[in-house]
Amino acid sequence: MTAAIQFVIDVLSLGGAYALMALGLVIVYGILRLVNFAYGELIMAAGYTLYLVSASPLPWLVMAVLAVGAAVVTGIATDYVAFRPVRAKSVTAVLITSFAFSTLLQNAAQLLISPRPRSIPLPEVFSDTVTLFGVVTPARNLITIAAAAVLLSLFTLAMRRTVLGIAMRAAATHFTMARMLGVPANLVISTAFAISGLLAGTVALLWLGRIGTVVPRVGLEPLLIAFIATVIGGMRSLEGAVLGGFLLAFIDTALNYSLPQDLLKFRDAFTFSLVILILLWRPAGLVRGPATGQRT
Amino acid sequence: MALAVEALEVRYGGIRAVRGVDIEVGDGEVVALLGANGAGKSSTLLAIAGAIRPYAGRVRLDGRDVTGSIPERMVRAGVAMVPETRDVFPDLTVEENLRLGAYVRRRDRADVEADRAAMFALFPRLAERAEQTAGTLSGGEQQMLVIARAMMSRPRLLLLDEPSLGLAPTIVEQIFAMIARLAATGLSILLVEQNVGKALAVADRAYVMRLGRIAAAGPARELAAAADLKEHYLGG
Ligand SMILES: Nc1ncnc2c1ncn2[C@@H]1O[C@H](COP(=O)(O)OP(=O)(O)O)[C@@H](O)[C@H]1O
Ligand SMILES: [Mg+2]
Repeated sequence: MTAAIQFVIDVLSLGGAYALMALGLVIVYGILRLVNFAYGELIMAAGYTLYLVSASPLPWLVMAVLAVGAAVVTGIATDYVAFRPVRAKSVTAVLITSFAFSTLLQNAAQLLISPRPRSIPLPEVFSDTVTLFGVVTPARNLITIAAAAVLLSLFTLAMRRTVLGIAMRAAATHFTMARMLGVPANLVISTAFAISGLLAGTVALLWLGRIGTVVPRVGLEPLLIAFIATVIGGMRSLEGAVLGGFLLAFIDTALNYSLPQDLLKFRDAFTFSLVILILLWRPAGLVRGPATGQRT
Repeated sequence: MALAVEALEVRYGGIRAVRGVDIEVGDGEVVALLGANGAGKSSTLLAIAGAIRPYAGRVRLDGRDVTGSIPERMVRAGVAMVPETRDVFPDLTVEENLRLGAYVRRRDRADVEADRAAMFALFPRLAERAEQTAGTLSGGEQQMLVIARAMMSRPRLLLLDEPSLGLAPTIVEQIFAMIARLAATGLSILLVEQNVGKALAVADRAYVMRLGRIAAAGPARELAAAADLKEHYLGG
C-alpha cells in the first residue's frame, strides 16, 4: 500500500512538472505552429536570476518572483528577437533564429557567469520531508503537485473565462479569422510567450530545486521532456500537452520502479521505445487538436 | 460607411488574381460582386479586409486611405468580414464565438450583452445552441453564427463572401432575408455571390468580375434584366 502511495506521489509530482513544461511549449506552438527551441533557456534564465540575487538579503519568495519574472521577460524577448522579425518569412528561418537565440543565451551565460554549475538559493522547506499516509516523501514533491494543480486550474480558468483567453484559443484554430474580428495578432503572440515564460519560470524553481544548481545547458532536458510530452499528447491541444506530461512521468516512474538496477541507466532508451510505440499507434498524438488552421 | 476601391491588384506569387479593380459602395448601399469561380472576388474582399496585402491600388473608407492595413485595424475602422470559408471557431461555444465578435468593444459590457440578446432574437437557432461548440452546428447554423459574430463588432460596412454557398434552399432564403434586414438598418454591404438572382434582388448595384477585372457594372435592376449576363460572364 505504501509503495502504491509512494508511486502515485512520484508520478503526480514528476507529471506536474512535465505537464507545466509541456504546456509552456505548446501554448506558443498552438498559435504559431512553430516550436520555440529557445524554450529551455527560459528555465536557464530563471535559474541564473536566482543565482544572481542569492547574495541579496531578499526573502526567497521575492527571489522566486524575480526569477519567474526573468523567464517571462526572456519569453517575450524571444518573440521580439527570434520570431517577430522572420515570422512571416519562413518556417526554416524561425527554426534557425530560435536555435540561434537559444545558443546565444547559453553562450552569454557561459561567458558572463561561468560554464560550471552555480548554486541557487532554495527555501528550507525544499529539503524537508513529510510523512503522508505512512510514506516519507520530500516536501518539494508535494509543493510541485500543489503548484501544478494551482497553475493548471488558473490557466484553464483564464483560457475559458477571460476574453483574451478565448481569443487565444480562437487564434490557435484560425489565426487570421481571429484577427478579422479585431483580436490583435501581436498581443496574442506576446501573451503566449509570456505565459510560456511564467510556466517555465515556475517549473524552474521546482526543477532546479532538486539539484540546487544551474548550468548553461540546464534547459536542454526540460525542452526535450516538453517536446516529447507534447508529441505524445498531440501538438495541437493544450489538454494533450498536460496529458502527455503525466503519461511521460508515469512511464519514467514505472520504469524507475520496475527496471533492475543494471538496466536503470538505459531507462531513457526504454522510455523512447514506448514513446515510439505510442506514436505508431496514434501518429498525431493522443489528443487531436481542432481540425483546421494554417500556419500564420 | 462609404468604401472606395481603386485599381486594386492582388497577386499570389506569379498568379495575378485581381488585375485593377474599381469598386464603390455608398453609405447604406448594398452592392453585389458577382462572377464565376476563380474570378478574384474573394481575393478582392480579403484585400479590403486587410487579410492579404494588395499588390497595388488603394482602399478608402469615407475617403481615408486604409490600403494595406492589418485586419484588426480594419475591424476598428468599422469593417467586418465574413469569409467564404465560414470560419467558426469549432471548439469554442456559440456564445464564446459571439463574445469574440465583440472583441473590439468588449469594454461596453452592457451594450455587448444587449447586442448578443438581439442576435439571439434574430437567430433563435443560435440561442438554442448557445452552449454548444460551434463545430457541432450544421452548415446553415454556422453561416448564421459567422454573420451574427461579424455584427457583434457593430460594423458600418459588412463584407459577405458567398453566404449561401452549399446551403439548402430554405436556409438560403433565410440568409437572404437576413441580409435584407441588415441592409434596412443602414449598414453598407458588399456581397459576393454565385446566386445571381437572389443577390441582385437584395442589392442596389452590382459588379461582375471576370478573370480579375470588372467586366460589367450597373444598377442591380438593369443587370438582372440583361438576359445574357449568365452566359457572358458567369460561366453559364
Ligand atoms: N492562396 C492562394 N494562393 C494562390 N492562388 C490563389 C490563392 N487564393 C486564390 N488564388 C487564385 O486566385 C484566383 C482568384 O481566386 P478567388 O479570389 O478565390 O476567386 P473567387 O472568389 O472569385 O472564386 C484563382 O485563380 C485562384 O486559384
Ligand atoms: Mg471565392
